[in-house]
Amino acid sequence: MINLDSKIPQGPVAEKWSNYKAGQKLVNPANKRKLDIIVVGTGLAGASAAASFGEMGFNVKNFTIQDSPRRAHSIAAQGGINAAKNYPNDGDSVHRLFYDTVKGGDYRAREANVHRLAEVSNDIIDQCVAQGVPFAREYGGLLDNRSFGGAQVSRTFYAKGQTGQQLLIGAYQALMRQVNAGTVDLYTRTEIVDIVMVDGKARGVIARDLVTGEFQRHFGHAVVLATGGYGNTFFLSTNAMGSNGSAAIKAYQKGAAFANPCFAQIHPTCIPVHGEFQSKLTLMSESLRNDGRIWVPKKKEDAEAIRAGKLKPTQIKEDDRDYYLERRYPAFGNLVPRDVASRAAKERCDAGFGVGATGLAVYLDFKASIERLGEDAIRARYGNLFQMYEKIVDDNPYDTPMMIYPAIHYTMGGIWVDYELQTTVPGLFAAGEANFSDHGANRLGASALMQGLADGYFVLPYTIQNYLADDISMPRMTGDEKEFVDAEKEAKDKFEKLLAIKGNRSVDSIHKELGLVMWDFVGMARNKEGLEQAIEKIADIKKEFYSNVRIPGSEEGMNVELEKASRLADFIQIGDLMARDALNREESCGGHFREEFQTEEGEALRQDDKFAYSACWEYQGEDKAPVMHKEELTFEVVKVAQRNYK
Amino acid sequence: MEKNISLTLKVWRQNGPKEKGRFETYKLETVSTGSSFLEMMDILNEQLVNEGNEPVAFDHDCREGICGMCSLYINGRPHGPDDDVTTCQLHMRKFKDGETITIEPWRSAGFPVIKDLIVNRNAFDSIIAAGGYTSVSTGGVPDANALPIPKPDADEAMDAASCIGCGACVATCKNGSAMLFVSAKVSHLALLPQGRVEASMRAKNMVAKMDELGFGNCTNTGACEVECPKGVSISNIARLNREFLVAKFKD
Repeated sequence: MINLDSKIPQGPVAEKWSNYKAGQKLVNPANKRKLDIIVVGTGLAGASAAASFGEMGFNVKNFTIQDSPRRAHSIAAQGGINAAKNYPNDGDSVHRLFYDTVKGGDYRAREANVHRLAEVSNDIIDQCVAQGVPFAREYGGLLDNRSFGGAQVSRTFYAKGQTGQQLLIGAYQALMRQVNAGTVDLYTRTEIVDIVMVDGKARGVIARDLVTGEFQRHFGHAVVLATGGYGNTFFLSTNAMGSNGSAAIKAYQKGAAFANPCFAQIHPTCIPVHGEFQSKLTLMSESLRNDGRIWVPKKKEDAEAIRAGKLKPTQIKEDDRDYYLERRYPAFGNLVPRDVASRAAKERCDAGFGVGATGLAVYLDFKASIERLGEDAIRARYGNLFQMYEKIVDDNPYDTPMMIYPAIHYTMGGIWVDYELQTTVPGLFAAGEANFSDHGANRLGASALMQGLADGYFVLPYTIQNYLADDISMPRMTGDEKEFVDAEKEAKDKFEKLLAIKGNRSVDSIHKELGLVMWDFVGMARNKEGLEQAIEKIADIKKEFYSNVRIPGSEEGMNVELEKASRLADFIQIGDLMARDALNREESCGGHFREEFQTEEGEALRQDDKFAYSACWEYQGEDKAPVMHKEELTFEVVKVAQRNYK
Repeated sequence: MEKNISLTLKVWRQNGPKEKGRFETYKLETVSTGSSFLEMMDILNEQLVNEGNEPVAFDHDCREGICGMCSLYINGRPHGPDDDVTTCQLHMRKFKDGETITIEPWRSAGFPVIKDLIVNRNAFDSIIAAGGYTSVSTGGVPDANALPIPKPDADEAMDAASCIGCGACVATCKNGSAMLFVSAKVSHLALLPQGRVEASMRAKNMVAKMDELGFGNCTNTGACEVECPKGVSISNIARLNREFLVAKFKD
C-alpha cells in the first residue's frame, strides 16, 4: 500500500516554506562529502539540481541520453519565465502569482506547493542574471517584462524568442563548472533502464551506455528523476524526438505513484500535420494570438474549395469569414486560454469548416494588425516566428494567413511527489515536468521554466538534505550487491526479449498507431465509450508490439531502433494509464475534457464535489489493472470558482 | 505546391569509431517536397528496416532548430543548401527530382565518428567546463535589477549567446578550428558585467583547452560565419583575441 502523506508543513500557506526551512534537518559539510546523489536528466530541473548539489559538496552523478547536457528539450521553450518581481509596478505579488497558477490549473493543484513556487520565483531571476543570462532589457538598462495568457499583469521575463535556451545554457554552464570542480560526474549518451531498490529505498540505477550497449550499475544515497514529460506517447507532439517517459515508468513499476496521467496540455498554435511521414509538430509561440485573428470560412463550400486547392484564403470576403473565438468569447476573443482555444478549433474542423489539404487546420490572420500597425511593427514583434513558419510551410504569412492546429505540448501529470518532491518510494525524488505537482489540470504560459528551475535551484537543495541527514552513516555500496546484480539482469533480459521478437514491423509504425489511438480517443475531447475502446486498442497494440516488432542489429554497440523500442514499450504503458485516468475522471477540467461534462454552451464542467483530488495510480504488476488512490485537495486560501471567458 | 520527388542518396556508413567507413547508395522513390530533410532520413530508415537492414544512425532531437543536435554534411555543406538553418529546418523543396545527395558526418579531428553520421562532440563540453561560466553558486546573489546593463550590450551578448553548439563552424573550417564557438561564449560573458570579472582568465583557459583537444588555428577564412545556422558573427573572434592578449600580458 502506498503512502500518500503530502507532508505539508504547519501554518498559514504563506509561512509554510519558512516554517519548513526552519525545522528541516541539515547535513554538515564533512558528511556531504560522504553522500552520493544520482540525478537523471540535464534539462532545467536536472542541470540546476545537479549543479546546486555539487556546489553544496555532495558527490553527484548526472545522466543524459543526449551527447551533451545542453541538448535537453527545455532548450526549445520560446516565450519566457514568470516571476513575481513586480518590476512594472502593475500590482503583481507572490500571492497573485500563486493565485493565478492555482486558478489557471483549474483548481487541481496543491496550494502549499504552488505558493512555494511563487515565493522562489524571484530568486530564480536573480540567479539567472548573476549567471549571465542575457534577458531582454529596457533602454534604461533594467529588465523588460511582457504579458502572457492567464494573467492581468506583466510578469514574464524573456530572452528574445529563446528564453528556454538561455536559461538552460545558464544551468548547463553552472553544471559544467561543477564537472570541472570534480563534484559532478557527467554521463552523456547514457540511459537509465532501471531503479535499484535496497531495503525498500531507492539506492541506485542501472544505466545503459547508448554507444557501447553496455550496462552499468550506479549507487546513490538518493535518486532524483528530472526526465521531463511523456507527450510523445502521442507520437506527434511538440516534444523533441528523444523525449520519453521511460524513467518515470521505471519509478512507477518500483512503487512510485503516477498522478493525474490524463492531464496533458494541447497547445492551440502549432503548424498542422502535412503528411504521414511527419515526425513532429512545431509550436508557434502563444504570443502570436496577441495580434493574429483566428478564423475559418463561414460556408462549407468555401472550406471545401480551399481544401481542393481551388480557392485561396485571401479570396474569402470578410463577411464570409467566421472569427469563431471572437464570436463565442467576446470578452477574451483570440486570447482565451490554451485549452479553450484548442477545443474551439477542433469543433469547427469536426463540423467540416477546416482548411488546408487535410481539413485539420484553421487560419491565424495578421492582415488586420498589419493594416493597423504596419508590416514593420509586426516584423519587429514576430519576425523570427514568421521566418520559421515560412521555412517549414513555404508560405509568406505577411501575405496569406498562417495555418495552425492544436498539438500535444506538455504533461501536467507525472510522478506523484510530496511537499519535499519525494515520491512514494523513499529516497526517490522527481523534479520539473517529470513530477505532477504545481500546474494542476492546465499549465499557464511561462510557468514550466519557472517550475523546473524552482525545483532544481531552490527546493531540492533543501528538501533532499532532510532525507539524507538520516543516511550520514550509511556506507557507499559497490554495485556488486545482489540487488544491483539482479536489477541489471532483469534489465538485460528485457532488451534481449525485444531483440528476440524479430517480427515484421518497424518501431515507428507501431508508435504511430499508438499515437493515432491516443489522439482520436484520449486527445482533446474524450468520452466514456471512446476511452473504453482506447484501453482495448492499446492492449492490442501492446500484443502487436511484443509479437511483431522488428529490431535490426544487436545489443552491442549503438542501436537506435533498440532504444526506440524500449521507450515505446513504456509509452504503451503510459497510454493505457492516461486512458484509465481519463475514464475515471468524470468531469471536465483544464486540459481534460469529457464530452459528457460540459455546460450548455460547450464549456468545461468541473465536478468539485466528486473530483477535487489528485488521482494516484499504483502499479500492480505486468498486465494487471493499476489501483487508484486519492490525494484530496483542500483549498484554504483560493476561492474555487467556475472559469469564465465570455 | 508540394509534390513528390525521387532521390539517390550516397550515405556514409561506419560501424564504429575504429571501423573503416564507406559510402552506400540508396534510392528513394517518393519523397514529398514538404518533408524536412530529417523526415526524408526517417523514410530511408523505415525502408531499410522493412528490408531487414540496419537503419542509418544520425543525431537529431528537437527538430525545430534550437537543440544543436543535428549535424549532417549535405552535398559538401554543413546543414545543407540553405542559409541560416539547421539540418532539421532544411526542407526537400530545396532539392530537384532525380537529384543525387551526398550525406556525410562532420569531419574534423575534434569530432571523431561514433557510428554512421553520428560524431562525438564532447570536446565542446570540455571547453565550456574549462571556463565558460560565471563563478557564482546558487543563492546569495544580488537583485536582478541591482546592476543596469546598457541595452546594446545586452542585445549583443544575446546574439553571441544564441550559439547552439552544433559544431558546423568546426566542420566547415579547413583548419578544424573551434574559434567561433569559443569566441561566442567568451563574448557573451565578457559583454555583461556579471561575466566581465573573469573575462581574461576565461579566454585563456578556454583557448588552452581548445588547443589541447586538437582543434586547429584560425586563419580568418570566415567560412564559420557563413555556415553558422544562428548567424554568430566573426567579430566575436576579434573580441576573444583581445581578451586573450590581455590575459597574456597579465602573465
